[in-house]
Amino acid sequence: MELTTAKGLLEQAELTKKSIADLVAEYEAFLTNTTVEHIRLKMGEILGTMRFSIEEGKKDAGKFAHLAKGYGLKTNEARLQGNLIGGPIIEKIIVYSLAVAQSNASLGRIVACPTAGSCGVLPGALLPIAEELQASDEEIIDSLLVAAGIGTISASQGPISGAEGGCQAETGVASAMAAGAIAYLAKGSNHDIFNAASLALQNLLGLVCDPVAGLVEIPCITRNAGAAVNSLVAVNLTFAGVPCHIPFDETVQAMKSIGRLMDFSLRETSQGGLATTPTGKRLYQELREKHRLED
Amino acid sequence: MTQISIFEILGPIMVGPSSSHTAGAVRIGLAARKILGEVPKKANIYFHGSFATTYWGHRTDIAIIAGLLGMEVDDPSIPNAKHLACQQGLVFDFHSIDLGEYHPNSVKLILEGSENRVEIIGSSIGGGRIKISSLDGFDIDCDGSYSVLIVKHRDEPGIIAEITEALATHRVNIAFLEVSRKQRGSTALLVAQTDNPITEKIVATVKELYGVLQVRSFPSFF
Repeated sequence: MELTTAKGLLEQAELTKKSIADLVAEYEAFLTNTTVEHIRLKMGEILGTMRFSIEEGKKDAGKFAHLAKGYGLKTNEARLQGNLIGGPIIEKIIVYSLAVAQSNASLGRIVACPTAGSCGVLPGALLPIAEELQASDEEIIDSLLVAAGIGTISASQGPISGAEGGCQAETGVASAMAAGAIAYLAKGSNHDIFNAASLALQNLLGLVCDPVAGLVEIPCITRNAGAAVNSLVAVNLTFAGVPCHIPFDETVQAMKSIGRLMDFSLRETSQGGLATTPTGKRLYQELREKHRLED
Repeated sequence: MTQISIFEILGPIMVGPSSSHTAGAVRIGLAARKILGEVPKKANIYFHGSFATTYWGHRTDIAIIAGLLGMEVDDPSIPNAKHLACQQGLVFDFHSIDLGEYHPNSVKLILEGSENRVEIIGSSIGGGRIKISSLDGFDIDCDGSYSVLIVKHRDEPGIIAEITEALATHRVNIAFLEVSRKQRGSTALLVAQTDNPITEKIVATVKELYGVLQVRSFPSFF
């Protein structure tokens, strides 16, 4: 069994009448010579770490982070005090995604999905919806399998690192994974899953990787919240019947070719974009100086 | 193309901040240690491309050292790796290098142990996945999913057949086999990636074969 294209996976689901989650679990079980039960158990561990990183990130004041400190803590407090707008779901998505991304910047334990720089998107978007829908852990694990399938398909056809494809390959793919997972959890069809994934990625195509001072902090942490909310946009567009027009596989191909056209300076080298603004350069110099003194 | 595990995409569970520049770097260090086959005493580390420009911010330096010390990607001691290296007697030095056409997240490692010395180029290809692209100046393509047997041998007829026969005798199935050489009649390299572990007995058998100069083996990394 292969897991390299959305087209192939959709055809297989049609043929076997199995769910996308079951097919992804079977793929992995075959690949690793284990059972689908074992795969689901392992995915449960992933879910546990995601929840752990949300809780850690909500408390984290950013001790180990260089520049971005306490974003999860700040947004969580603001939410509890009623200072955020947009309704409980959007507010939770912002808090959860920032908490996980902040925990990552603080050398905390997280689940890379697909990367560490974009680790807040999937848990940040999916878990608030799961809480709203009162989904069981089994259902969440199945939607994580769907997300993993979408990510694996993306990685088979295109880049998933900022150095190769820019931020679109990280937060863009993460947002596609989250959109598909949410569509699945909310009982969308197989077609809906990939329509939502495609729209989510399309919305973030072209996004460059220009981290200030080479850190996974500015603008990475806040982009996690942006990409997480974007997933929900993509799912709602899909449920309203808005087509993606360009199928998922072709969208990934577009992402890949955009990545190739993207200048080296905008692919995780900190030689362009926000990194080389006057303020970006100043922040870098200050940190280098501090680091030299510590060494 | 090797099939990708879903847990390489939804995972690994790791210590931040970057899957490619931190977790990938830990894994390259760990892979290099396994290829060396002993505890490294001295490490010269050459960062290329994006690694060269951003290693400090992503703690790629600390991550490589952590891997060389034998840590996994979710080890909470990763932030203290440099300190631990000093305690454990690992001497290290960092440099910048332009390796040319390699993946932008690549590093060249020259490792020395008590007995062995090895030169490796490793690339972090996204989401914590890695690839070892060069070993002692020979191109290889190894992602750590398989057990690996590496044989440096004379470039003469029949030697490759003898090596594969030794594997067959020990019921080891070859998934991928690569042979390369620097020039005709000189030294050649055979890299066999296998479904079954390479035992010490197999290594000993291959070492005894005519024309074999050096044998290394290491288990799958993950």
